[in-house]
Amino acid sequence: MARIFAGATSSHVPAIGAAIDTKRTEEPYWKRVFSGFERSKEWMAQAKPDVVIAIYNDHANAFSVEIVPTFALGCAAEFPPVDEGWGPRPVPVVKGHPELAAHIAQSVILDEFDLTVVNKMGVDHGLTVPLNLMFGSPTQWPCPIIPLAVNVVLYPPPTGHRCYMLGRAIRKAVESYPEDLRVLMLGTGGMSHQISGPRAGLINSKFDRAFLDNLTKDPQKLTRIPHLEYMREAGAEGIEMVMWLIMRGALDDEVDEIYRFYTVPASNTAVGHIILENRKRAPARAGKANRTAVRRNRKTIARSKR
Amino acid sequence: MPRKAQDYDDIPGTFVFDAERSRQGYGINMFCASLMKDENRKAFRANEVEYLKQFPLTPAQTEAIRKRDYNGMLELGGNIYFAAKLGATDGHSFQHLAAVMAGSTQEAYLKMMLAGGRSVEGNRSKSGKGDPPKTGKSTRGSRHRSGSKHG
Repeated sequence: MARIFAGATSSHVPAIGAAIDTKRTEEPYWKRVFSGFERSKEWMAQAKPDVVIAIYNDHANAFSVEIVPTFALGCAAEFPPVDEGWGPRPVPVVKGHPELAAHIAQSVILDEFDLTVVNKMGVDHGLTVPLNLMFGSPTQWPCPIIPLAVNVVLYPPPTGHRCYMLGRAIRKAVESYPEDLRVLMLGTGGMSHQISGPRAGLINSKFDRAFLDNLTKDPQKLTRIPHLEYMREAGAEGIEMVMWLIMRGALDDEVDEIYRFYTVPASNTAVGHIILENRKRAPARAGKANRTAVRRNRKTIARSKR
Repeated sequence: MPRKAQDYDDIPGTFVFDAERSRQGYGINMFCASLMKDENRKAFRANEVEYLKQFPLTPAQTEAIRKRDYNGMLELGGNIYFAAKLGATDGHSFQHLAAVMAGSTQEAYLKMMLAGGRSVEGNRSKSGKGDPPKTGKSTRGSRHRSGSKHG
C-alpha cells in the first residue's frame, strides 16, 4: 500500500529561481534565503520519498485565460519547464508517475472532487523553485513528481476548506494504491505578498507566523479563513496559501513539526517553509520485506498498548 | 453596466482579478501570453502598434500597454502574471514592476522590502471596516510606520 509519510511547504518566488540560475546564491541577500533550506535538503536526503505530489499554481504559463481549471492533476509521463518570458529555466524535466496520478484522479473524482486531468502540461517556477529548494540542483529530480495545479490566479480560488478536504481525498486515494510507495506532499506558494497594484510590497509577518503555528497545531482553524481575510491581511497574492491546506489535509490530524524557516523578503515576498511528519513514522529507508516486518511490529506494539 | 461592487473593493491599492475583470481584460492577457514566445517578443519590439492590432483591445487598454501603465492594465482587466510577461519582454523583474505599481523608485522599494515590507497597518481597508477592533492591544499598530508613506 502506498502512504503519505510527510508534508512540506515552501514559497515559490521566481527571483529565487533566477538567483539559482545565475549562480548568485552566495550573495548575502540570497544566502539569507538559501541557508534556511540547508536543513531541508538534509532531511530530504534522509526521507527519500518514492513519489512527490507537488501542489502549486501555474502563473499564466501552462494555463492562459482560455482555460482556467480549479484543480488540474498532471497525469503525463513528463512535464517540461516552460518559457515564462525570460526563457525556460535550466532545470531537469519533471518526470511524473502516470499510474499513481491516474489512480488518484479516478479516486478523488468519485469522491466528488471534479478535477481536470491534464496529459500535456509545461511547469513553471511555481513548481520548479520549491523542487530546487528541497532537492538542490541535481541533473535529474530524484523521484517521480505528480504536479497538482491549483487556480489561484483568477478570483475566486478554491476555499481553504475545499483544499483541505481535497487533501483528505488524495490521502484516501494514495492509501488505496496497491504498490508500496512512500509519498511526500509538497505545498507551495505564499507567504504574505502582494505584487500587484499600488499596495504592492505588503508583508504581514504576524499573519504568516500564526498561519505556520496553526498549520501544525490547528489546521481546522485555517480552513475557516475567508478569501477576503487572506487578501486583506496577507496581500492579494497571499491568497495562494490555501494550497498549503491541501498538503495539510493529506496528513494526520496530529503531526510533528520537524523544521520551520521564515524570512523577509525574497524579492516581493515573505518566504515561509515547514516540514511536518505523520506520527506513525515511516521506518528508516528499508527493503519492502523489512518495512512489512516493521509495520507488523508496530501493529504488535499498538495492540500491546491497548 | 458599471462594475458590481465587491467586498474586496474595500482593500486599498488592489485590483482583484475576478471573472468580471477577466472578461474585460481578455485581450490584454492574451496579448501578454503571446509574449511567451521569443519570435513574438521580437515582433512586438519591432513594431508595438502593429503587433497590438492582432488583439481585441480598447483604446484605453492599448494606451495602458503602450505607456507600461501597469496599474491601468490591471484596472482594465489585466492580470499581474500576464502583465509580467510584458515586463519580462522589457527586461524587467517582478520587483521592478512592483516598484512601478507602488509609485516608488526601485531603490526606495528595495529598501522598504528589506525593512520588512509594506506594513498592513493602515493598509487594510478604505472604509475602516476591515481594520481590527481598536482594543488596547491592537492600537499598538497605529504607532507602526505606515508602509504607504514609503511606497
